[in-house]
Amino acid sequence: MSRPARPAPSPEAAPSSGVAPSLEVSGLAYAYPDGHQALFGVDLTVRRGERVALLGPNGAGKTTLVLHLNGILDAGAGTVRVAGLPVEKRNLAEIRRRVGIVFQDPDDQLFMPTVREDVAFGPASAGLRGAALEERVMAALKRVGMEEFATRPPHHLSFGQRRRVAVATVLAMEPEILVLDEPSSNLDPASRRELADILRTLDVTVLMVTHDLPYALELCPRAVILSDGVIAADDHTQELLCDTGLMRKHRLELPFGFDPRSVAVPRP
Amino acid sequence: MGAGHAHRLYRHGHSPVHRLPPHCKLVAVLGFVVVVVSTPREALWAFALYAVLLAAVAAVARVPAGFLLKRLAIEVPFVAFALLMPFVVPGEQTELLGLTVSVPGLWGAWNVLAKGTLGVAASVLLASTTELRSLLLGLQRLRLPPLLVQIASFMLRYGDVITDELRRMSIARRSRGFEARGVRHWGVLAKTAGALFIRSYERGERVHLAMVSRGYTGTMPVIDEVTASRAQWAYACALPVLALGVCLLGWTV
Repeated sequence: MSRPARPAPSPEAAPSSGVAPSLEVSGLAYAYPDGHQALFGVDLTVRRGERVALLGPNGAGKTTLVLHLNGILDAGAGTVRVAGLPVEKRNLAEIRRRVGIVFQDPDDQLFMPTVREDVAFGPASAGLRGAALEERVMAALKRVGMEEFATRPPHHLSFGQRRRVAVATVLAMEPEILVLDEPSSNLDPASRRELADILRTLDVTVLMVTHDLPYALELCPRAVILSDGVIAADDHTQELLCDTGLMRKHRLELPFGFDPRSVAVPRP
Repeated sequence: MGAGHAHRLYRHGHSPVHRLPPHCKLVAVLGFVVVVVSTPREALWAFALYAVLLAAVAAVARVPAGFLLKRLAIEVPFVAFALLMPFVVPGEQTELLGLTVSVPGLWGAWNVLAKGTLGVAASVLLASTTELRSLLLGLQRLRLPPLLVQIASFMLRYGDVITDELRRMSIARRSRGFEARGVRHWGVLAKTAGALFIRSYERGERVHLAMVSRGYTGTMPVIDEVTASRAQWAYACALPVLALGVCLLGWTV
């Protein structure tokens, strides 16, 4: 019943536009220093402007993969390229500007005393100062509808607001690709929808790591399943979710009563 | 809201003292305290003048006397120590309100009490007119080692987060019928402290990861430049300079 790992809407299939893909992972393998191998040759290409869901059971290596995208972890074998630039030590500053990771807990992401300073942290680290910095910060906050909260300390915000500010902190770096780790976790339904509305309006490539399958279906036309350290499936999200055998094999389960066939979904 | 980081010592306002750049105020308070400490304790009138100077600053800053006096309570442990001195310091004895006390002890107590109170009052004035956040910016501007400033600003950001974690752990303990009663339960509390330490440590690692992901390479980027004009410096230094005059008089008279 298993589906072979075929790069369904792959860049090769699309007419080549001459633009380097936002993300190009090939043959990526990694073992932790304690010997535990987490990735066994991951191949994944995300074209510019695509929104892709990265699905997979706990322990499949999702977080390990994400930490390779901006060079926090060094690839044991294989390569990662972001918009054509290889992830290597000498490129790290530029890579980290291009890859915006939004971590799961906004309290980890927002470490500065005020929202404004937090959003400014990335661009200021890259050397932006003065009016240009201010402009960048306000533009990022505006994109997530949080510009009125600029002077507030993060712990005075609701969880949903903090998540949105966390998105703004990486948007301020004008990234090539936005990587979201469990963006819908701990959000109430209203905040969840607000975040989805914001993500849809962003003109940026998105890789979304999630267990929330309806959310993946709602936002990402394409999904990949990472299982046991390899990409086990790569297809339209709706087709993946409808393949019950594949889903069961990789410990993926839809919420009770949810039928992925019953909803209208975005098509690539 | 939008008032930034409010803390209990801070009193929101728009007085000229509030508006002074934080590093000017820090230098002024430090200068004032040094001058006060170097004044001879026998010059009683000098300390009265210092108090008048501080009262003038408080008036300009529109900090009410009651507010200031209440915040002075932090000094109480030192006062207790000062009150002991007349009884324990050896030396010439004298009668005061029917008690036998030592003269050097009395002078010592007066010295600690007067200088301590003035120092605390100046610091309270600084804290009530300057937000914590700006104080940190001021310290950064004054070239305090950046690591110390970073540690202090993370305390500012994560103090509430950690307190909240501690509160949740306490609720979890009590929900399972635990009530800390006496020495036998200290072990449980110690384990809570240990768990909190590990949680904070792990959070520290995650925060560091988030910082590195956004380009952190060991130094905090400059986001808010605090600058002071010559006039602002002059205004801030009025307090320590006047105090210095008083101090010099105290040594010569």
